[in-house]
Amino acid sequence: MAYSEKLIDHYENPRNIGSLDKSADDVGTGLVGAPACGDVMKLQIKVGPDGLIEDAKFKTFGCGSAIASSSLVTEWVKGKTIDEAEAIKNTDIAKHLALPPVKIHCSVLAEDAIKAAIADYRAKATRKDDKAAE
Amino acid sequence: MTAITQIRRNDQPIYLDYQATTPMDPRVLEAMMPYFTHKFGNSGSRSHAYGWEAEEGTEKARAQVAKLIGADEKEVIFTSGATESNNLAIRGVAEFYKDRKNHIITTVTEHKCVLDTCRHLEQQGFEVTYLPVRQDGLLDLDVLRAAITDKTVLVSVMAVNNEIGVIQPLAEIGRICREKKVFFHTDAAQAAGKIPLDVEALNIDLMSISGHKIYGPKGIGALYVRRKPRVRLVPMIVGGGQERGFRSGTLPTPLCVGLGEAAEICMKEMDAEAKRLKKLQERMLNGLRAKLTDIVVNGDLEQRIPGNLNISFAYVEGESLMMGIKNLAVSSGSACTSASLEPSYVLRALGVEEEMAHTSLRIGLGRFTTEHEIDTAVDELVRHVTKLREMSPLWEMAQEGIDLKSIEWAAH
Repeated sequence: MAYSEKLIDHYENPRNIGSLDKSADDVGTGLVGAPACGDVMKLQIKVGPDGLIEDAKFKTFGCGSAIASSSLVTEWVKGKTIDEAEAIKNTDIAKHLALPPVKIHCSVLAEDAIKAAIADYRAKATRKDDKAAE
Repeated sequence: MTAITQIRRNDQPIYLDYQATTPMDPRVLEAMMPYFTHKFGNSGSRSHAYGWEAEEGTEKARAQVAKLIGADEKEVIFTSGATESNNLAIRGVAEFYKDRKNHIITTVTEHKCVLDTCRHLEQQGFEVTYLPVRQDGLLDLDVLRAAITDKTVLVSVMAVNNEIGVIQPLAEIGRICREKKVFFHTDAAQAAGKIPLDVEALNIDLMSISGHKIYGPKGIGALYVRRKPRVRLVPMIVGGGQERGFRSGTLPTPLCVGLGEAAEICMKEMDAEAKRLKKLQERMLNGLRAKLTDIVVNGDLEQRIPGNLNISFAYVEGESLMMGIKNLAVSSGSACTSASLEPSYVLRALGVEEEMAHTSLRIGLGRFTTEHEIDTAVDELVRHVTKLREMSPLWEMAQEGIDLKSIEWAAH
């Protein structure tokens, strides 16, 4: 299978590998996929006091396209508000990396990972607000 | 002529996929060459020297193939390859004996061309039993014995598996089949020329052989068909009645000669080559185990050809690993490399869990593999497995002591 240069670059030099403290209030963690399906992505975002995503990290078990898709989205979400990050579409990821048709599911998974991380962050924020209101 | 030790160019990746195909031995090519040019006759032409010369070539080749498996040369017919041989053996027997018997037994880990042939026969009303294999990849003989009925015409069990290299207990299977008066066919594409095979000692009635798996040309194979007691077949290809009527069509003389030469070289060098490959196999496995934890060899390591390793590198997906080890040509059991997006059915049949099947590589060693290549391969594998584990969320969880099975994964 021939992959695009951008995809190979993200696979060979993945951006933002690592982990953030998942128990921190300002960190949202998304874990999507399943080992039995051959891909699992963990994507984390750290949201600053100004509401912008100041850091993003990922770890991915999966094929080269899955690694590249998650690496790319960590780059994209940085500096965005969570609403902007939530608007990232799998088709944008697939287009940017020129994913072959059989690998489109990797971009879907990356979109799911951002959404899951945002949902986790929001759930934490809501809990915090509830606590503050008590 | 002496053996050539390097076939690949220096800019090519290290070839470690000998179960997919083998490079042709230069000695084989040399034997074939005259039959492309001045010895071009049709081996079926009985009336002139061109035909006689070609026939001399094909008949010598037939004898060379027969000798490799302890058969009589009259029992060897040339085909286009093991796929055709398997089709002819299974369909040919099934159709010939269908009025009396309609049941075929095979295993779930057979090559696709055997499984698909059986499926095809099922559609035509035959009954097929697909036997499971044990966790080590080997057939349980009691299970086989219990599956045979008075309607069973044929048992087809591969000699050596193409993915995991395990050697089935052919002698015992042959004995059971002979005792129950059932024909025994074995797909020996991965076995012939690598392990000793004797159709008499093993009670084999039909055996498929491939040219390109034994350093011979592609597009040629053979089927051994026993004469005593006689096995009868309905031919798949009809016409001029060549090959005792089992397989019509003018013989491709150069390819036949190549297969014969390849068989003879394998026979002469088998013992020494098996020892050499065993050392390389051990060198590779020891090298990997010295630097990596959580690696699992799929299939029995003892009952196995030395030219095969099938290893799961836990927590690292196979295709991403293959993308990293660009300098190595290997094959993966991961879904991502197959058209079906399903992980290897052979590994699944062994009870290897899907997540582990996704992390597997098939590494095939052969005649032109060197120690230096093994060392390079070990280094590359260690480097990339380590790198990919560092970016694997599963590895991270495992290191934290989290049981991955305790997590509710969302299948997608």
